[in-house]
Amino acid sequence: MKVHFDSIGMRFGGVRVLDDINLSVNAGEFVCILGPSGCGKSTLLNIVGGFVTPTEGRVTIDGEPVTGPDPRRIFVFQERGVFPWLTVEENIGFGLFRQKDDEKRARIARYVQLVGLQGFERSYPRELSGGMKQRLEVARALAVDPDVLYLDEPFGALDSITRLQMRRELLRIWQAERKTILFVTHDIEESVQLADRVVVLSARPGRVRRVVDVNLAHPRDLSDPRYIALRDEIFGEIGLAHQI
Amino acid sequence: MLGIAVAVAAWQLAVAASPRTLVPTPWQTLRAIGELAEKGLLVRYVVASLFRVTWGYLAAVAVAVPAGVTLGLSRRGDSAVNPILQILRPISPLAWIPIGILWFGVGDAAAIFLIFLASVLPLTTATVEAVHNLEGVHLAAGRNFGLSHAELVRSVVVPGILPQLIVAMRITLGIAWLVVVAAEMIAVNSGLGFLIVDARNAGNRYDLVVAGMVLIGLIGIGLDLLMRRLERLPSVRWGYAAE
Ligand SMILES: Nc1ncnc2c1ncn2[C@@H]1O[C@H](COP(=O)(O)OP(=O)(O)O)[C@@H](O)[C@H]1O
Ligand SMILES: [Mg+2]
Repeated sequence: MKVHFDSIGMRFGGVRVLDDINLSVNAGEFVCILGPSGCGKSTLLNIVGGFVTPTEGRVTIDGEPVTGPDPRRIFVFQERGVFPWLTVEENIGFGLFRQKDDEKRARIARYVQLVGLQGFERSYPRELSGGMKQRLEVARALAVDPDVLYLDEPFGALDSITRLQMRRELLRIWQAERKTILFVTHDIEESVQLADRVVVLSARPGRVRRVVDVNLAHPRDLSDPRYIALRDEIFGEIGLAHQI
Repeated sequence: MLGIAVAVAAWQLAVAASPRTLVPTPWQTLRAIGELAEKGLLVRYVVASLFRVTWGYLAAVAVAVPAGVTLGLSRRGDSAVNPILQILRPISPLAWIPIGILWFGVGDAAAIFLIFLASVLPLTTATVEAVHNLEGVHLAAGRNFGLSHAELVRSVVVPGILPQLIVAMRITLGIAWLVVVAAEMIAVNSGLGFLIVDARNAGNRYDLVVAGMVLIGLIGIGLDLLMRRLERLPSVRWGYAAE
């Protein structure tokens, strides 16, 4: 078991945001944390990322308690996380400051390739589209070869077509690199398309309502009755009928 | 360009319309600049003024930027020092002239001290502000990749504040130039500020007075343009409004 949440609770002042979260994530697993806005998803991800200390409980990774951020586990923000003062290749090389030059160059080239940014190595983020910036941030994270990636609604700011492409890209990268992924989203479809397991949180204070196993091989057929059944099950769990 | 031509023409007409004035015409001013050049004073005075500005200003940058970064990153340091800065800021640098002379005597050092003082406070405040405006996600990302505090400052804080810092440095250089001229009117015997006071005292040479004023203006613009070039560096362009 890779990441273990042990009775995590969080309050801000008098406001309880997370309540008794218990969860284990296996190495190489893709887990989506799904819940309505404001239920504490980002807070939970910041806790496991080491940026926020929970008021109750603790997180362990490979048996060690999390005490702060760690380059073995990289947090991917929305595309805002890339450094605007660095070029594409400088961004990807950012975390490689302890590597030898030729090793660094080789890695940069590899991840430019992996996320399809060839030809933009010398470009600055302001010259890239939203989707390219997001891919750049993923490449920057992968370049340091972390065990775990944390993604907080990474595709939330993208248009719906780019978002679908980005999901496919992320799955391809995940299958190639076999990282453990914790992916926060409020989008039910997105969670069922991506995850091995979907952790459904309640509205604030966030509690684990349900953990849904998605036993569908990739690539997933979005008209497969089993996909639709899982999706509708989660819609039902959240108290929404899937119709409009 | 057209604006300047109109202003010079208006100047000429205004002087022509007032027969007994001591204010020189544009042509007389130009001749006065020529006279300064002939006597070797033009270069000497300009260099003297620029020399004082350079040292006072560079010393201020060397103090203000590290101090501003340190204060900006430390909530406690900032709340301790900020009130002091806010009290000192509204005091005109010229009010420090007597103290400058008391500490450094009459001469270059006092003038340089005044420029330093006039530059260091606004630049420190602007640096603190720029650090506060840093994106939280950039600092978080830097920490996530395992940067030490010093590496974080070098690789995230400094490049992150640079666009704002360059603007502040440009504005501060303008202030420094303003102050050097004022300081030279009191504390020294060279420079463009000295030229203006000396020309008036030694025989009402208003052509030289206005020549000094014109030179101060032109050099001020030159310094500003020079600093503006920094804003075009590729690694800071992101900080300014979209092209
Ligand atoms: N630093 C903070 N201080 C006070 N309240 C916070 C802080 N961070 C988050 N909250 C509150 O906690 C709740 C959950 O926030 P968040 O984790 O961002 O939710 P989500 O990501 O699920 O939308 C919100 O009501 C938010 O206002
Ligand atoms: Mg959130």
